[in-house]
Amino acid sequence: MKTAVLLGAGGLGCPAALALRDEARARGLSLQLVIVDDDRIDGSNLSRQILYTAAEVGLPKAEVAARKLGAVARVARFDASTAAALLAGADVVLDGTDNFEARFRANDEAVARRLPLVHGAALGWTGQLLTILPGRTACLRCLFEGPPPEGSVPACAEAGVLSPLCGLVGAAMARAAMQVLLGAAEAGVLSRWDALRGTERPLAVKRDPSCAACGRVAS
Amino acid sequence: MPVNVKIPAPLRPLTANLSEVAVENAGTVGAALEELSRRYPALKDKLLDDKGALRRYVNLFKNDEDVRHAQGLGTALKEGDRLTIVPAIAGG
Repeated sequence: MKTAVLLGAGGLGCPAALALRDEARARGLSLQLVIVDDDRIDGSNLSRQILYTAAEVGLPKAEVAARKLGAVARVARFDASTAAALLAGADVVLDGTDNFEARFRANDEAVARRLPLVHGAALGWTGQLLTILPGRTACLRCLFEGPPPEGSVPACAEAGVLSPLCGLVGAAMARAAMQVLLGAAEAGVLSRWDALRGTERPLAVKRDPSCAACGRVAS
Repeated sequence: MPVNVKIPAPLRPLTANLSEVAVENAGTVGAALEELSRRYPALKDKLLDDKGALRRYVNLFKNDEDVRHAQGLGTALKEGDRLTIVPAIAGG
């Protein structure tokens, strides 16, 4: 039995969870999927958060998503006090959260526990994906030293995100998580989507020996 | 032949929606950003902090090389190089 922990059951988390659950089933891989989210379904989510319907507005996302996918729901905020419990037993972590604080926290907590992390993000027409094998490949802080000050870069709540792009990046997150579970991760490469034009050149991301998160994690 | 700077979608409103800007006579990454900022002043604050250093939530790749692993803003450029701006994004 493998365990995948999904942080965020939103625009990326919904397609990622659906694709990962179905791919595991198709392969006969025994997978426990844990879905972490403390948010409730809003009517404005429905165009891209494909596991939810209008009749479920107001219900906790993690519970609804988990019920539909046969997963485990954790209606909880991912923070310093909950990280250890929420990540316990994970073979891979998928980060589909929606703010910088959560993303850098997911990176730091996964790196500290040496848990493989699939980082997917989307904003407007732009998507990014980076698979991180702590101690072996670059982490989020090797690429970006830290989060921007609050308000200086729009979050998806302000800037919006293209619904079809969520499907693309979410499916890619499921693919990347499956590669991790099969021992064939394509880590250390930043995949990028410009939904106005199609995919863009992937970029190799190197480990930063002075990285605040993974610099001291032994290879 | 100039250096080509690839502008990511979130910053294109600041470059008249251009996805690529050709910059002439840029011997270093810093010089390319200076010329870019001269033409599109609103871009400067998105890329550089008050001290003129690259912001921690933005990265630059010269062709396929992360400039933080080279000489940062002092990284040499030659004609035909591609400079890609990669901003951190957090939506999900």
